[in-house]
Amino acid sequence: MHRLTLTSARQGLKEKKFSALELLQSCYQRIDAVEDKVGAFVHQNREQAMSQAREADQKIAGGEDLPLLGLPIAVKDNICVAGDLTTCASKILQSFESPYNATVVQRLKNAGAVILGKTNMDEFAMGSSTEASAVHPTRNPWDLERVPGGSSGGSAAAVAAEECLAALGSDTGGSIRQPANFCGVTGLKPTYGRVSRFGLVAFASSLDQIGPMTKTAEDAALLMNVIGGKDPQDSTSADVALPDFVSTLAGDVKGKKIGIPREYFAEGLDTEVDSIVQNAIRTLESLGMETVEISLPHTRYAVATYYILACAEASTNLSRYDGVRYGHRSSESTSLVDMYENTREEGFGEEVKRRIILGTFVLSSGYYDAYYLKGQQVRTLIKQDFENAFQQCDVIVAPNAPIPAFKLGEKSQDPLQMYLSDIYTISINLAGIPSISIPAGLTQAGLPVGVQIMGRHFDEAGVLNVSHRFQMETDHHKKFPSL
Amino acid sequence: MSDKIKIDHVAQLARLKLTEEEKARFSEQLNQIVDYIDQLNELDTSSTEPTSHVLPLNNVFREDELKRIVPVDSNEELLKLAPEHDKGHYKVPQIIS
Repeated sequence: MHRLTLTSARQGLKEKKFSALELLQSCYQRIDAVEDKVGAFVHQNREQAMSQAREADQKIAGGEDLPLLGLPIAVKDNICVAGDLTTCASKILQSFESPYNATVVQRLKNAGAVILGKTNMDEFAMGSSTEASAVHPTRNPWDLERVPGGSSGGSAAAVAAEECLAALGSDTGGSIRQPANFCGVTGLKPTYGRVSRFGLVAFASSLDQIGPMTKTAEDAALLMNVIGGKDPQDSTSADVALPDFVSTLAGDVKGKKIGIPREYFAEGLDTEVDSIVQNAIRTLESLGMETVEISLPHTRYAVATYYILACAEASTNLSRYDGVRYGHRSSESTSLVDMYENTREEGFGEEVKRRIILGTFVLSSGYYDAYYLKGQQVRTLIKQDFENAFQQCDVIVAPNAPIPAFKLGEKSQDPLQMYLSDIYTISINLAGIPSISIPAGLTQAGLPVGVQIMGRHFDEAGVLNVSHRFQMETDHHKKFPSL
Repeated sequence: MSDKIKIDHVAQLARLKLTEEEKARFSEQLNQIVDYIDQLNELDTSSTEPTSHVLPLNNVFREDELKRIVPVDSNEELLKLAPEHDKGHYKVPQIIS
């Protein structure tokens, strides 16, 4: 049962082939069997999940029909779930129990979903490999020597290892798409403002977005129908009509234009990744889509721009962890400032400290104009690149990462190399557009590679439509690792 | 390599008490990253407006009403999250000596 998609499990529950409790237990059996190897979860509140599943079974018996009724979904540990821990895989929040649900979690629950556990991540979502988790690293289910990507590596690995039917992740610079790409699952970063950030622990507020990580584009559409839409609790959530993403999935894509950005197929791209993405483009052409070469000329400046802006925002957002109102407090302090400094030194991991320092630096007196303001200006240029490109095409297709999943320890000692691995995902957050990663094939060594499909602001429907049509033609998304 | 990041000063601004070993390591890594970031200077942005937010954003107004956003029955429940609290207040080390 844990092998099912959300869509097929929903059908099975409706037809009473199995109960929500049996479905949940099947996931827990799978977790018990493979979690030692994968390490996708940081904690689970099984009792609470079982009671949600029983409640769902009662509703099913009573003839109630809700979009996610009885479906077990994992949630990244930077998204607040009341009655459970929300640790961000950080020592500073290791015993933090949120008093409220994030809006997305409340919406999942209202739709009948069962929250089966919280998934591992790079601490505070800062990282590209999930090695920066203060709890434990997560391993790629396709090759346990390799990383699952990050920062939503736990969510990606949990879906790939079939420990849950679907998961939520968050994406600030690629943190949904890159791990989806490395683990061979579907991961959508919605348009900035499409999904409420209320209850998502803030990293970089102008970039962060929550999105679905699933086995199919169809499941992603199902989740988007539930989690999307304006939320009065998040003033940056957009007041834009939420379409039914499921109903437009199968629409014809004939004649739609695919932009191929030349800067994404340049030096540094692995030849196997290149050929898998080229094959995917040919499949889309076989559906009647037309390709047009485009240019996103400021791509090479994206990583620098991102690390200025994301770290600046992070350094202010993370100033709240001061040991006063919640979270860890150092026991070895004599004065208030001493307490702040010790608490933060003890509570934050290496990558988080590095980014706080970089962010503090670019905002500091004398450097603000040279770095922070400059970063915001280059962000404008990057955003304009996409506006120009979308005048010539309906979607943009590109790789997600220059190489397939790398080995644990391979990049963790060299932060700049780790940052550069985000080159193909970062511009999308700076521009705020929606983008998905869907499985497109395996390398000779058996590692998954995805293809990235980007759309115009608020055109998740277009992105999902192309993705679903691709998945109707291919079976890459049906392959799972043997564990 | 540049030496723009004065690690002691920035760490103090960020309220991080770094070890000597961390200071040395971060200083080297971050100055290398700053060198990389400096490539933005190749671009003339003198007439480019900065983007702080990607969507056209208007001020969001609402009535200033007392509302319970966090579903707890009392302040006490939120105070319980604090490392130390006393008589309905957060407790911190001495500020004025």
